[in-house]
Amino acid sequence: MTSIGKPLRSFFEAEVERLLDRLYGTALRLTRDRTDAEDLVADTLAKAWAKLTDLRDRQAFEKWVFRILVNSFISERRKQRIRPHEVSAEAGCGDEAFSLFEKVHQPFLLWWGNPEQALLDKLLREDIESAVEELPEEFRLVVIMVELWGLSYAEAADTLDVPVGTVRSRLNRGRSLLQGALWRQAGEAGLACGNAKGGVR
Amino acid sequence: MTRDLRCEEVIDKLLEYLDQELDGETDRALARHMETCRACFTRAEFERKLRARVNETGKVKAPETLRRRVRAILDHY
Ligand SMILES: [Zn+2]
Repeated sequence: MTSIGKPLRSFFEAEVERLLDRLYGTALRLTRDRTDAEDLVADTLAKAWAKLTDLRDRQAFEKWVFRILVNSFISERRKQRIRPHEVSAEAGCGDEAFSLFEKVHQPFLLWWGNPEQALLDKLLREDIESAVEELPEEFRLVVIMVELWGLSYAEAADTLDVPVGTVRSRLNRGRSLLQGALWRQAGEAGLACGNAKGGVR
Repeated sequence: MTRDLRCEEVIDKLLEYLDQELDGETDRALARHMETCRACFTRAEFERKLRARVNETGKVKAPETLRRRVRAILDHY
């Protein structure tokens, strides 16, 4: 039934082989569930394979397939109609930008040597994973697009069909929330704020 | 010749600088500032390393079940 020739298939296979772990990892961070992540990647690759002849520039495969993944995720979410409290986060109470760097450089903290490196060394991969997953969806999406897939603000805006300024503000807010979550985790692990009660926020 | 930036201006633009979203002139001004300001350089390095750690979380070994599904997609369509 297929008219897609062999070279196209081997191109696709090679690209999938190269990107599969990243697609799966990204899907996992987006969906926060292993089964959903597998479904999302399978669905994405089925669509990509079906539409592969639409792709003019093979160099663009990576961003193209990622875009399909994001759009599939978003449309799946719309179907579920789960629009939790998350939206309110953009209205932003306590909207102050949070900076981990500034936190570790507070003068009252006692660190030896290089405080920001010490913090990075102590943070476990799973701490960072949960900090990403904790982000409200709209912020998580832009953080993932820019930090995990290296999309430009314009590309992210185009994918989400929102203005570039929206991407910029969601990204700032997302990063700020992310660093705040990491700071809390560092505090829980007894790495920051000298374990002072209520010192970590 | 553009004027030198103050640290606050650099910090304000730091994330966009690391995202390579600044226009050429501003980008060069920040790069110049980093060459001589240890505080801003250190901060930029921290943000870079943190990003690298965040970036790692987006790569997870795909399970065998998923690999089988992908092969099935290729074989059936
Ligand atoms: Zn400076």
